[in-house]
Amino acid sequence: MTLETIAEKLSLKCKSSWENLKKDVSGGYAGDLLSDVMANSKAGDVWVTRQVHQNIVAVAALKEHAGIIVVQGAIPGKDTIEKAQKEGIPILISELPEFEVVGRLYQMIYSAQG
Amino acid sequence: MRSEDYEEYLECSYEIEGRDFIDAGIVSSQIKKGLKSKGIPESIIRRIAVLTFEAEINIISYAHQGTIRCYVLPDSVIIEAKDIGPGIEDIELAQQEGYSTADDAIREMGFGAGMGLANIRKSSDTFEISSVPGEGTYLKCVILLNGK
Repeated sequence: MTLETIAEKLSLKCKSSWENLKKDVSGGYAGDLLSDVMANSKAGDVWVTRQVHQNIVAVAALKEHAGIIVVQGAIPGKDTIEKAQKEGIPILISELPEFEVVGRLYQMIYSAQG
Repeated sequence: MRSEDYEEYLECSYEIEGRDFIDAGIVSSQIKKGLKSKGIPESIIRRIAVLTFEAEINIISYAHQGTIRCYVLPDSVIIEAKDIGPGIEDIELAQQEGYSTADDAIREMGFGAGMGLANIRKSSDTFEISSVPGEGTYLKCVILLNGK
């Protein structure tokens, strides 16, 4: 499943790196503690978080995440967006709370994988 | 064995300033790119990315300044992180998961969960840490190319 499909189904607003929305998402990880995400997420994951400062881009780039979904309508700053654009990491915004985003995402990704 | 004794295959060294959260991750990213260009396996690079990022964040969060060095040897990669700073009073305690001395500013960014040193240890095949309170901390991680 691509990020583009996820963005459409969850009505996400993309803020950076539109060119990478065709990337395939192999799984997901949710977390707001960056060390936890560093230790436990995998390459190809879509990362769901409430953090918006620019270090999320460093984590996503190092871990080779497919993209970041920021929840609860939080708006990343200009510096975060610029860094994401530079690193090729799509940041997508959802108005929904983290629990709801993760629930829907889980259904979508794993039912698509059978 | 001191770092000067290695027969160097690749060495790179990066300076890091304390409290420079804006540039956090740049050193890890450079090391990752360097290792990729050397053809180091992806699974090894992923572990090194985790531990260099944590070492980098530790220097930024707690030290005045520091250096991260990366050596690629025929059978292993060595990461050394050395800083000038307050050091660690109780190294045993600092390695306990969940223990942290991070201030609010660090925690607000999602750091300071007390997982950094544990992540570094878990990502290494050999992990050494020493510290002199009031002077600084030295960290050495060995990642075997055919390990874990």
